[in-house]
Amino acid sequence: MGSISLQNVSKNFGGVTVIPDISLEIEDGQFVVFVGPSGCGKSTLLRLIAGLEDVSGGVIQIDGQDMTRTAPAQRKLSMVFQSYALYPHMSVRGNIAFPLKMEGADKETIDKAVNNAASILNLTDYLDRKPRQLSGGQRQRVAIGRAIVRQPKAFLFDEPLSNLDAALRVNMRLEISELHKKLKTTMVYVTHDQVEAMTMADKIVVLNAGNIEQYGTPLELYTKPANRFVAGFIGSPRMNFIEGDEAKKMGAHTVGVRPEHLSPSKTEGLWAGTVGVAEHLGSDTFLYVHVDDVGQITVRASGDVAFHSGETVYMTPMDGRLYKFDAQGQAI
Amino acid sequence: MARTISTRRKVIVSAIAWLIGLTLFFPILWTFLTSFKTEGTAIAMPPRFLFFDWTLENYQTVQTRSNYFRHFSNSVITAVGSTIIGLIIAIPAAWAMAFSPTKRTKDVLLWMLSTKMLPAVGVLVPIYLIFRDLRLLDTHIGLIIVLTMINLPIIVWMLYTYFKEIPVDILEASRMDGASLRQEIIYVLTPMAIPGIASTMLLNIILAWNEAFWTLNLTTTRAAPLTAFIASYSSPEGLFWAKLSAASTLAIAPILIMGWFSQKQLVRGLTFGAVK
Repeated sequence: MGSISLQNVSKNFGGVTVIPDISLEIEDGQFVVFVGPSGCGKSTLLRLIAGLEDVSGGVIQIDGQDMTRTAPAQRKLSMVFQSYALYPHMSVRGNIAFPLKMEGADKETIDKAVNNAASILNLTDYLDRKPRQLSGGQRQRVAIGRAIVRQPKAFLFDEPLSNLDAALRVNMRLEISELHKKLKTTMVYVTHDQVEAMTMADKIVVLNAGNIEQYGTPLELYTKPANRFVAGFIGSPRMNFIEGDEAKKMGAHTVGVRPEHLSPSKTEGLWAGTVGVAEHLGSDTFLYVHVDDVGQITVRASGDVAFHSGETVYMTPMDGRLYKFDAQGQAI
Repeated sequence: MARTISTRRKVIVSAIAWLIGLTLFFPILWTFLTSFKTEGTAIAMPPRFLFFDWTLENYQTVQTRSNYFRHFSNSVITAVGSTIIGLIIAIPAAWAMAFSPTKRTKDVLLWMLSTKMLPAVGVLVPIYLIFRDLRLLDTHIGLIIVLTMINLPIIVWMLYTYFKEIPVDILEASRMDGASLRQEIIYVLTPMAIPGIASTMLLNIILAWNEAFWTLNLTTTRAAPLTAFIASYSSPEGLFWAKLSAASTLAIAPILIMGWFSQKQLVRGLTFGAVK
């Protein structure tokens, strides 16, 4: 149905190479998230799949067919934009019905599909309103409604939640995940928020400077990061990196350990340091520790741990939770 | 906290505004009043303001002598014609420049505008000769061509600024929704751009209606619009103030009425994008 295959895809804007060479297979029905820092080319990659930008080289196949030079309208994909991109002069009904109208569907089919989409997305009471009369969350639902009515081969989401406030974002995140379970259609989702990526994805593509750093399930990325970039990008708070003599002792150029994989102790441990700031959240405690010759280390302890600013703390990495990287940043 | 403005200040500012407004409006009012005077009263010293014998005689004379309606229809044909042709050329041009710009788009826009800086009289002779050889002198087509040419840069600029305000995302969304280029233009772009297109059209009709240099130089009788109609009263038989005023009133009345009814649209159009 909706598999997407990229083969040696590249993109230049003028003289600037945004995507040097990417190959990627997205299986039918998967929820794949493109994640990376801003400017890494994740949105460009999505727009190349959509057909809103032309590739500079390579082949894009959708559902086994070569779509590299096909116009966006013929690719049978739906897209949800960051800005929602609703048609301001049409009612909610008009917006959701638009893709079907363009297909030339008859009125009965359109009404049925619109009402169905509206009930899935709790928009039934708003069908006759204009987009400007809706809240941000409702607008985003209309945009999703417009995407689902035409039963596309795949959905493309371009940072759809970044204009919403934090609480609404968590809700919409769940709604989109549930929608995916219900529709079982391929979804490609772009975000810079690694929490969104970890919680929603079947598979994550970590992008950096137009290259794929790693492609795998959220837990693979968490437990077996391919390189230092992925290790640092996935996980919150960020992984601690230790370089220099301390790392050499362990046989690596850089050693990484996640804050939640360090056990703090008042009496003994591998590294000793002074607590700079202690954040007590109740469920967790974050300790920002200064260790001589190593630098700043973040520790995340579960529950409320009785450490305070200025105290000495000993930290030991848990077994098998130490990551080693060579001088090029590749995992050893 | 809102700024507090004293009543005294308000009165002074309002008085100045009224003074400026009335000063600007006075010539039009005076022309209007003079058109109802006899030639004698029109040049009377001291001038009579409201208390004179009102007469419609000038309007009758003007219509019988120079056929107002023919000039009126010439004005309508040339102003509307040049505006429509201008829009047909400018809409795709502005579209391309707004939605698929190149490195040179800004240069092209400025270059177009620079043609407005050329003194028209500098090209009068070559254009007159070209028109003579192509037998375009004193024809509707000739006048429409020239009015289209001189107003095209303004139409393109205005439309370009309106189109720039339309978010590209929305156009891209329609492409993703399966709209062809034709459907995208009809169902999405045009409804969103209509206020801009309408005010461009209005302004351009006004500009073409009032254009005097080319209309006076390139026409004599058959295609002569209202500008030529007014001009014909200014000298040959000496100055007839009352008849000239009647002719002027008749010439500016249609555009004044149109402007009055569409002023909201015009102001909105001209300030579109300035305050989002």
